[in-house]
Amino acid sequence: MFPAPIERRALPLQWIYKVALPIALVLWLLPLIAVFLTSIRSAGDITAGNYWGWPTSINLIANYTSIFENTPLGKYLFNSFRVAIPTVIGAVALSCMTGFALAVYQFRSNLLIFFMFIAGNFVPFQILMVPVRDLTLQLGVYNTATGLAMFHIAFQTGFCTLFMRNFIRALPRELIEAARVEGVSEIRIFWFVVLPLMKPAIAALSVLIFTFIWNDYFWATVLTQGVDSQPITAGLYSLNGQWIAAWHLVSAGSIVAAIPPVAMFFLMQKHFIAGLTLGAVK
Amino acid sequence: MRLFGLTQRTLAPWLFLAPGVFIFLIYVILPIFQSINISFYAWDGLGEKTYIGLQNYVELADDDAFYTSLKNNVIWLVLYLLAIPAGLFIALFLNQNVWGIRLYKSLFFFPFVISQVVVGLVFSWFYDPSNGLMNILLNGLGFDSIPVLADERFVTYGIIVAGLWPQTAYCMILYLTGLNAVNPEQIEAGRLDNAKGWKMLWYVVLPQLKPATFISIVVTVIGALRSFDLVSIMTKGGPWGSSRVLGYYMYEKAFSEYGFRMGYGAAIAVVLFLIMIVYISYFLYKMYRDEKGY
Repeated sequence: MFPAPIERRALPLQWIYKVALPIALVLWLLPLIAVFLTSIRSAGDITAGNYWGWPTSINLIANYTSIFENTPLGKYLFNSFRVAIPTVIGAVALSCMTGFALAVYQFRSNLLIFFMFIAGNFVPFQILMVPVRDLTLQLGVYNTATGLAMFHIAFQTGFCTLFMRNFIRALPRELIEAARVEGVSEIRIFWFVVLPLMKPAIAALSVLIFTFIWNDYFWATVLTQGVDSQPITAGLYSLNGQWIAAWHLVSAGSIVAAIPPVAMFFLMQKHFIAGLTLGAVK
Repeated sequence: MRLFGLTQRTLAPWLFLAPGVFIFLIYVILPIFQSINISFYAWDGLGEKTYIGLQNYVELADDDAFYTSLKNNVIWLVLYLLAIPAGLFIALFLNQNVWGIRLYKSLFFFPFVISQVVVGLVFSWFYDPSNGLMNILLNGLGFDSIPVLADERFVTYGIIVAGLWPQTAYCMILYLTGLNAVNPEQIEAGRLDNAKGWKMLWYVVLPQLKPATFISIVVTVIGALRSFDLVSIMTKGGPWGSSRVLGYYMYEKAFSEYGFRMGYGAAIAVVLFLIMIVYISYFLYKMYRDEKGY
């Protein structure tokens, strides 16, 4: 292990380390802590400029109910789910198939198709922006959660294919060969032999894609407008414009917007990190 | 089983690939070429397109705002790379086995999980000249307030600092996973040879962290070139366009109050794409070498 385990060091050093840890954490998360503290302040504190002192009253419930009652925050949150969940299902389903095809079969254009997915995954969004917006308009799904989800499914299929293909390649090939010898059809090999083994990869990708899509802002502004279809990221930004100097509400909104991905991360931490590194580091 | 003289095994991959490849071609690959094509036209997005050849590019070559954006992209790219050593540093700090360390690791990772919109709002407020924490601290130390986001000299750096926060967390997690896989025998061997601290890090540990470093570089470069969210949220490219990056300038030209100049916007996007192509090719080349190495 590197650096050397702290238990092997002198006792005072161990204590310094144990004290330094929480201090470093508080400094690292200071912006977030400040936001949380602000989100429970009263409007009076905000106008009086009391941002950093002790709150005169704790308005946790009042502020958080107020943002749901007086703004369409709930609607924005709902829209985010309407975009993120179909995207996760769509992109994971498609990439299970593409990943399987690219990992199991040898054919001449295999590597070419694989590289197309990887390269496409890295292009700047701006080069897709004008044509994708046009296409979405032509399909009649501009300004809908469906239209946004359709693009996300397509784009995320690139990253997911990279991930799935590498995952399936690492599975023991003998399983597939054995099934073929038994005369099992290819589709049944996919469904009954490979898919059950892909559960960890599916879990990892699902959490990761959910977070990516939840946090997307660019495509939300390009493909949607207004309360009926905009997800929380774009919604929060337009609310910020209306809530000038109402920092306690902006903060509460930010915290609410951050909760789903943060909860997802904590519940599925192992899968999340596996997703970030396995797909990448391979 | 045979179909049109093809065996199941030659047909199967294409059937599995068809839906994914189809949607990816329509939404990702084709639009790249469409954008390149649009960049040769004058088009407001609704009416007729007029072919104007290279005129958009000629105009671009003489556009100060374009050079400001390009310069800012370079600054982003260079400074964003600081996330890599910073991430490594935090990873080394946290790579211990004390009580509760797993929780610490997850909490340090937090900034990466939250949306850039939230990060942008948090930092705008941190920099706020009248009530922001940064200026309160500065005043407390006896300095004058600095309106970071309203000052042309500092604005890009201020936004980059906000971006470095989640990016460092990302690199940290890549390195933490990498450190887990470091071969303990080599470390022990290094210790027997009296390698310590920096020397151990440089000669024994870092070579083993190469995959993590590689991925950190890839995601950081792409993150820097994709910078849009923070600029849009924190400054809208201001003051006076001084914090624009190519991605944001393109958006502004194509879709904002400055008019719908799709062709000009597409030309900016093509330039950004050409910069990115360098990195994509490098990445693919490396993948190709790894594949052949099987």
